[in-house]
Amino acid sequence: MSAHSTQGTGLGTGLGTGLGVTIDDVGVYFGARSDGVEALGGVNLEIAAGSFTAVIGPNGCGKSTLLRLVAGLLEPTGGTVMVDGSVPRPGDGRAGLGFQQPRLISWRTTIDNVALPLELAGVPAAERRARASEALDRVGLTAAASLRPRELSGGMAQRAAIARALIGDPPVLLLDEPFSALDALTRETFNDELQRLWMERPRTVVFVTHSVSEAVALADRVVVMTPRPGRVARIVDVDLPRPRPAELLGDPRAAELAAEVRAALSEGHALELRPWADQEGAA
Amino acid sequence: MRRGGAAALSFVVFLMVWKLATVIGGYPEYILPAPEVVGERAWRAIGSGILWEHSAVTLLEIVLGFVVGATAAVVTGIALGKSVLIERVLSPYIVAAQAVPILALAPLLDIWFGGGLLARVVICALIIFFPIAIATMVGIRSVDPLLTEMLRSLGATNPQRTRLLEIPSALPVIFGGLRVGVTLAVIGAVVAEWAGASLGLGVLINIANQGLFDTPLMFVALATLAIIGLVFYGLVLFVERRLLSH
Repeated sequence: MSAHSTQGTGLGTGLGTGLGVTIDDVGVYFGARSDGVEALGGVNLEIAAGSFTAVIGPNGCGKSTLLRLVAGLLEPTGGTVMVDGSVPRPGDGRAGLGFQQPRLISWRTTIDNVALPLELAGVPAAERRARASEALDRVGLTAAASLRPRELSGGMAQRAAIARALIGDPPVLLLDEPFSALDALTRETFNDELQRLWMERPRTVVFVTHSVSEAVALADRVVVMTPRPGRVARIVDVDLPRPRPAELLGDPRAAELAAEVRAALSEGHALELRPWADQEGAA
Repeated sequence: MRRGGAAALSFVVFLMVWKLATVIGGYPEYILPAPEVVGERAWRAIGSGILWEHSAVTLLEIVLGFVVGATAAVVTGIALGKSVLIERVLSPYIVAAQAVPILALAPLLDIWFGGGLLARVVICALIIFFPIAIATMVGIRSVDPLLTEMLRSLGATNPQRTRLLEIPSALPVIFGGLRVGVTLAVIGAVVAEWAGASLGLGVLINIANQGLFDTPLMFVALATLAIIGLVFYGLVLFVERRLLSH
């Protein structure tokens, strides 16, 4: 922590490479045992410090729940979640969470939205502004600093949200389908930029997505989950060289990996149709 | 300009209808005085200083009653909105108190609070409390849960959430309550004065109506109250527009 916080200005300047995340036999139940919903049922996952992990699975498989656990927003009903060996807490400065919707505050300007985490942490106003405008530069929003969220396009709003998630320079970045509301072309640009941001300043990234190609394009490892209750069905290691331009997805190896992820996804669905196969099926 | 013009035109029409009613109806002055009679009476009341003497007292009661009542209501409304337990415990009393006619309670409150300015401020504050407290509660409850979760994920404390998210996002609804409240504050001040006061526009109404049989003077007092209500409503609206201009 102190190693990169002494770098002061935040984004892209630190030397750290993120923190490891350990998810050990984690189950999450919403509601009462009798009529509740089991969102996650015994998830085991070791996420290496500085790695880029994509989590993919059908709707309702608990992907978002998994991110909330790592962010410390939710406590598991069973098992343990550790970030660098201790239980995560919101605001402990170790994880930044980016949501599917930008979730900007409508009466704040872009720069004040981005500076919000620093404001909550009690950083003085002048330093806040300096760091927030630097964060805006990084995501290409310099000109939008004094605009309100309703004046931003969907893509700009999502950039601002990512700048906000990154401003505290968290060693772990958690992204919950951050680009799913964007059009295909914008989305491709975002994926490139996300990769660039990560290569400039490596940190642990956990990226939830619905898109097989997005997962293969971005991640070192793709974690495929089963339908509810979510479990890890398969982990696919992506051994493609970086940086990975969009054309790389035409590469035969990329196609092979994507097919592997797709196969794992449909296996998961088959499990759902044959619940008795559940026991021996899940890896 | 066009808004001002429309307002002026509607006022002229209002005066004409009023005048017409007095002419067609042929009512005596003590039932319905004509507008020019009331105007002339207002001129004399202003000249003698009597109107200002009574208005100043009522204005003070309205301002203090509104500030005290609105502050208490907003604080209570925030507590009601944030805590289901507090709402369960307090809301029956708040609703019951609202259902009791304040007009009946006012003489008692006047005795309890010493019969002076304090008593009148308390009565005024009580009348405006309910709509503002309920509006605040509803506003606080209507906060976007996605934003609440976003702030929680950033480690925001409960007071930080209230200050940075809940109050600002409840403001439009709170101002709805304040607009209702500020007009009720005018009624509150008059009701309080009726319970026992020697000065104020409510007192002037009583003097004119029952003491002097001076119906034009009563109309002057009523018109003054109406103007005070309009001005305070306008002030609330002005502050609202300034605060919510984004």
